[in-house]
Amino acid sequence: MNIITSRKIKSFLVLSLCVGATLLGFFWLFFILIDVIVQGVGALGPDFFFNDPAPVGMAGGGLRNALIGQLIIVLVATLIGVPVGLLGGTFIAEYCRGTSYARVIGVLSDTMVSVPSIVVGTFIYAILVKPLGHFSGWAGSVALAVIMIPVVLRTTEDMLKLVPWSLREAAFALGAPTYKVIFKVTYRGASAGILTGILLAISRIVGETAPLLFTSFNSPYFSTNMNEPMASLTVTIFQYAMGPYASWHAQAWAASLLIALFILGLTLTGRFIIRWKYGER
Amino acid sequence: MKSKLKIKIDVSGLNFYYPNGTHALKGITLPIHENAVTAFIGPSGCGKTTFLRCFNRMHDLYHGNRYEGEIRMDGNNILAGDTDLMTLRSTIGMVFQKPTPFPMSIFDNIAFGLRLKGIKNKTELLGRVEKALKDTSLWDETCDRIMQSSQDLSGGQQQRLCIARAIAVEPETILFDEPCSALDPISTGRIEDLIAELKENYTIVMVTHNMQQAARVSEYTGFFMMGELIEFNKTTKIFTAPEKKLTESYITGRFG
Repeated sequence: MNIITSRKIKSFLVLSLCVGATLLGFFWLFFILIDVIVQGVGALGPDFFFNDPAPVGMAGGGLRNALIGQLIIVLVATLIGVPVGLLGGTFIAEYCRGTSYARVIGVLSDTMVSVPSIVVGTFIYAILVKPLGHFSGWAGSVALAVIMIPVVLRTTEDMLKLVPWSLREAAFALGAPTYKVIFKVTYRGASAGILTGILLAISRIVGETAPLLFTSFNSPYFSTNMNEPMASLTVTIFQYAMGPYASWHAQAWAASLLIALFILGLTLTGRFIIRWKYGER
Repeated sequence: MKSKLKIKIDVSGLNFYYPNGTHALKGITLPIHENAVTAFIGPSGCGKTTFLRCFNRMHDLYHGNRYEGEIRMDGNNILAGDTDLMTLRSTIGMVFQKPTPFPMSIFDNIAFGLRLKGIKNKTELLGRVEKALKDTSLWDETCDRIMQSSQDLSGGQQQRLCIARAIAVEPETILFDEPCSALDPISTGRIEDLIAELKENYTIVMVTHNMQQAARVSEYTGFFMMGELIEFNKTTKIFTAPEKKLTESYITGRFG
C-alpha cells in the first residue's frame, strides 16, 4: 500500500511537471500570436497589399514592394535549393548509402542546419555582394537557398531511407536500371514525406531576416529586377520596427502577421498532404 | 508432365562469398530442369536464399560480394563479367518473401516491367495486364479497381500481384523466395496451385522452409546445410528414401 501511494505521488508530480511545461510553452506561443494578430490586423487592409511605401513622414502607403520582393526571393531560393537538396539527398541515400562518404555529408549538413543564418548572410555578402559592389535580389536568394539545401537534403535522405529495400530489389529484379528504380519506385514511396520536407524548408526561409540584411538589403521602391537591392517583408519589419513612426510600427506588425499566416498555411498544407497520402491516423 | 526434361540451368562448382568473408555457398553443382519446379530446403542460414539470389545476380546490388564457378543458362555463363544484368533480370522473374507491391495502382505495378521492355501502347499494356491478372486468378477480384492503389489488396492478393508482375514480362525462369511464409493457409494454397500451373510455361526455382510445400509442389528438391548441398534428387526420392543420413534427420524433423 505504502509503495503504491508513493508511486502515485511520483506519478502525479511528473505529470504536473509535464503539464506545467506544456502550459508555459503554450502561454508564450499564444501571447505572441495573439499580440501579432491584435496589433497587425488593423493595418492589413487593401492599401497594405496594393501600395508601395509612402514617402517618409507621410501617412498611408503599403508594402507591395516588400511583399512581391519577398515572394520573388523565396521563389528563386526554392528553385535553387530544392533541386540541389533533393538530388544531394538522393545521392547519399541511394548511391552511397552506408559509406563513410554519406556519413560525412550527413554530419556536415546537420552542422549547416544549425549554423546561425547571419553567418550564411555574411558569407554570401563576401562572395556575391562585395565583389559585385552592390546588394542584389540574387544574393538574397542564394543565401536563402544555402540555408534551405541541408534541410531538404536531410529530409530527402531520411524519407528515402524509410522506403523498404525489398521494394527496390523487386524493381531491380524486373530488370530496371537504377535511375528508374529511384524515379518510379523510391520517389513515389517517399513523395509525401519529401514534399512535406520541402514545405517546411520554405517556411523556414520565409521567416529569415539576417541573411537578407547582408544580401538583398532593402529598397523603398517596387522592383522585380533581381540585380538590384530588393525589398522583403522580414527586413522591412526589422527596419520599420526600429523606426520612429507609428504608421511604420503598424505596418511592421501587419507584415509579421502576414508571414505568420503564410507559414501556418504551408504547415497546414504539409499536414493535409500527409493525411491525404496516408489516410486518417 | 513431359517425360524427358531438358536442363535449363546448369550450376557447377559455385562458391559464394559475402564481403565479410563468409563462405556462404560451397561448391554447389546441380541442374535446374526446364518446365519443372525445383525446391531448396534447409535450416535457416543454410544458404538456400543466397543461392537463389545468384540466379538473377541480386548480390551485385551490394558491394563486395564474390562468385566463383559457373551458372550456365541455356549454355551461357551468367556469372561472366560481361553479362548484362538488366537483360538477365528481365528473363528471370523473382517473387520475394514478403509481398512487394510498388506504391502505385495495380495496373501500373504490372505495367512497370512491360514499360521497361519498351511497350508504350495503352491497348497492348491493358491486354497484357489483364492476361497476367487472369493467369494469377486475380482478375475476378480486381477487374473493377485495377487503377486503384495496390496497397489496399490483402497480403495474399499482393503476393499474387507480384507473381502477375513477374510473369507479365514473360520471363523464362521464375525464382520464388519463400513466397508463402507471410501468408495464411488459404492464400498459401492458391499460390501453390498457381506455381503448379506456371510450370507448364516457366522453369521454377523456389526456396521454402516448409517441407510439406516442397513435397507438394516440386519435382526436384535440394537439401542445403551450412552452405553445402547435402543432397539433390527427385522430390519423391528425397522424401521417401533419402540417401544421406542428414537429409533423413532433417525431413523427419529431428533438427532444424
